[in-house]
Amino acid sequence: MRCIRQLLAACSTLVIASTGAALAQAPEPWELGLQRAAGPLQQRIIDLHTLVLVIITAVTLLVAVLLLVAVARFHAKRHPVPSVTSHNTVLEVSWTVLPVLVLMIIVIPSFRLIYYEDRTQDPDLTIKVTGHQWYWEYTYPDNNNIDFNSTLIPDDQLKPGQLRLLEVDNQLVVPVGKNIRVLTTSGDVIHSFFIPSVGVQRYAIPGRVIETWMRIDQPGVYYGECNQICGTNHSRMPISVRALSEQEFQAWLTEAKTKFSDATPASEPPRLVAAAMGAER
Amino acid sequence: MSVTAHDQAVALHDSHSHRPGFVKRWLFSTNHKDIGTLYLCFAVVGGLVGGILSIIMRAQLAHPGNTIITSGQEWNTIVTSHGLLMIFFSVMPALIGGFGNWFIPLMIGAPDMAFPRLNNISFWLLPGAFGLIITGLLLGESGTGWTLYPPLSNSTFEPGIGMDCTLFALHLAGASSLLGAINFITTIFNMRAPGMTLHKMPLFIWSELVTAFLLLLAIPVLAGAITMLICDRNFGTAFFDPAGGGDPVLFQHLFWFFGHPEVYIMILPGFGIISHVVSTFSRKPIFGYLGMAYAMVAIGVVGFVVWAHHMFVSGISVDTRAYFMAATMIIAVPTGIKVFSWIATMWGGSIELKTPMLWAIGFIFVFTVGGVTGVMLSNAGVDQIVHNTYYVVAHFHYVLSLGAVFSIFAGFYFWIGKMSGHQYPEFWGKVHFWLTFIGVNLTFFPQHFLGLAGMPRRYPDYPTAFAGWNLVSSIGSYVSGVAFLVFLFVVFRTFTSKQRLPDNYWGPGATTLEWTVSSPPPFHTFTELPRIR
Repeated sequence: MRCIRQLLAACSTLVIASTGAALAQAPEPWELGLQRAAGPLQQRIIDLHTLVLVIITAVTLLVAVLLLVAVARFHAKRHPVPSVTSHNTVLEVSWTVLPVLVLMIIVIPSFRLIYYEDRTQDPDLTIKVTGHQWYWEYTYPDNNNIDFNSTLIPDDQLKPGQLRLLEVDNQLVVPVGKNIRVLTTSGDVIHSFFIPSVGVQRYAIPGRVIETWMRIDQPGVYYGECNQICGTNHSRMPISVRALSEQEFQAWLTEAKTKFSDATPASEPPRLVAAAMGAER
Repeated sequence: MSVTAHDQAVALHDSHSHRPGFVKRWLFSTNHKDIGTLYLCFAVVGGLVGGILSIIMRAQLAHPGNTIITSGQEWNTIVTSHGLLMIFFSVMPALIGGFGNWFIPLMIGAPDMAFPRLNNISFWLLPGAFGLIITGLLLGESGTGWTLYPPLSNSTFEPGIGMDCTLFALHLAGASSLLGAINFITTIFNMRAPGMTLHKMPLFIWSELVTAFLLLLAIPVLAGAITMLICDRNFGTAFFDPAGGGDPVLFQHLFWFFGHPEVYIMILPGFGIISHVVSTFSRKPIFGYLGMAYAMVAIGVVGFVVWAHHMFVSGISVDTRAYFMAATMIIAVPTGIKVFSWIATMWGGSIELKTPMLWAIGFIFVFTVGGVTGVMLSNAGVDQIVHNTYYVVAHFHYVLSLGAVFSIFAGFYFWIGKMSGHQYPEFWGKVHFWLTFIGVNLTFFPQHFLGLAGMPRRYPDYPTAFAGWNLVSSIGSYVSGVAFLVFLFVVFRTFTSKQRLPDNYWGPGATTLEWTVSSPPPFHTFTELPRIR
């Protein structure tokens, strides 16, 4: 029963959370539900999650109540003579058909969501994300191939107020309110580009480029982490995205074009996979 | 199900014992009961080692920045071993090799399994496999997670021989399961007592039959995948290496074509056990027998066509995601039939809350919790941000670590009197149940919150925000650890008890054939075949 109460609490937190504005979004202590939405993808995910959560909580409660009632009412002390009923066609058909109907309620918005999440038409900006052991490389093919690496700030170099295991030296910088095409790939093993509050996740797989998209509506900093086991420092290659207004973003681009002059990644990817990457570029 | 009177003839048989000596009896055993016992002991050892690993992991995760485990590689190796040990060396040996071997012949009225020597080799492949897994663990060279995805598992990134040991361990364990499956299918199809048609088979037999078919069809695919991986690692092939025209995603497809049926392999025998326990302690025949049997068949069949729901963010096309999402949701329907039929079996019964029944009711609840979060995960749209997070960890531990393990304990308390001739101590059994129930829920329920908040799995260290629920989870795992000690105490008390048990110590609710033979059953049972009316 404790579990169910917590589930309900999580549910209500979600409803409250989904209305709040997002300025910076990192996980919070004792958080019960999904992170607040930074953009439309996560907002729609939260909406579907809430719908499904209500349904599955109801189902779990139903099962729990039925179990408790059965134990209470039909305990051997109170009900010494068992019935011999072992069939009831109406009951059996209904608990087959009703779940199908409930699933229909879930599956329709769910189909809509996956097609919405898939990719964007006419992207305003393309960002290529390359996973490496153990840092991220971000490339802006539309803007002089700006290319830089984003590496974890180790614990002993954190400034006050910075979040442990989430801060990086060079953040991914994007404009707010723009549809951004995200291309993921990898220089070595599989990683996963995952930003919960933005509602985006794709594996970064060597030899493949996977396309998806994201949009961030509020300026701020959003945190994510590598989400596919990738070796010893799997937990030490976070993602930090700074979303800027259009003017600030243009200013950043100008600065970045000089700072990260051209597409020379800081370190060579391992030999085997390098061949594949070359073929694809 | 009723049976002709035949019982005492077999009990008499016990007395003229030409029992083999220790070595011959246990090492060269061809007796299904002895092999079942070996499997059960093996499962306890596997579960103990896997459990110790999980306590170590929870201790590491109790606070951010802990250094109980010194490197990520060490952590990853423990993660891999914990998963493989629990699946292949604890849950499967207990539910399939252990209870399957013990009770398939007893419940269908057969004297033994169809291929007794095959049965022996299928057990004895396991200790070798176990040794190889432990080698991989101790060498610290198999840090890929149980999913073994290349390129991380290829020779560039995991060069050590420990990884090869782990892969060969899976080959051996797979061969063992395959031989077991062949034996089970043959036995169930050919050796049922006269009159026991398929539609009169106990549900546990149905569950083992479906499981055996899943093994038969799924294990060869795993064997193919890891053979290709071994070749990639050692012989310069490039099945999964893009530089040589291979594809890492191909491995994921092959792995999950095995891996998804595998999760049903772990839970289906549990379904069978729970049906018998619920029916026995409600003193009522199982509700909707045919629906229950064919729900398991349906779960088995549909379980083969949903594998890519493990790959929603692997870059498979959106139409593929749509199909796998819809197909996955369909599994909720037969699963719902099972849950509601168990409740309907209890409804109107005369329920006795003995320890096995507590485990069964606990099973129905935790399995429902794990099942409904499965519906959440099947939504590819939502899975986009809960994939690979602790939400997934919570989900599959609710159905397996809680579900399958609860069914194992239900089976243990239900049948230990039959298997050993000694009854378990009721009080300590209940203590074991309640401690476990509290412990595992405390461990795994908060992991839903961690997952929703975005904590990735297979992390030895995490941002400070996740500290709270992680501590709760770790405390829960310590409670579960204590509960396991209580279980060992229960085992000790059981085997030292002097109480003798009648053939059917559960009374009129227990109707299957194993309750017609003595407790423990004679070395050879059913020298005269029972007849089913």
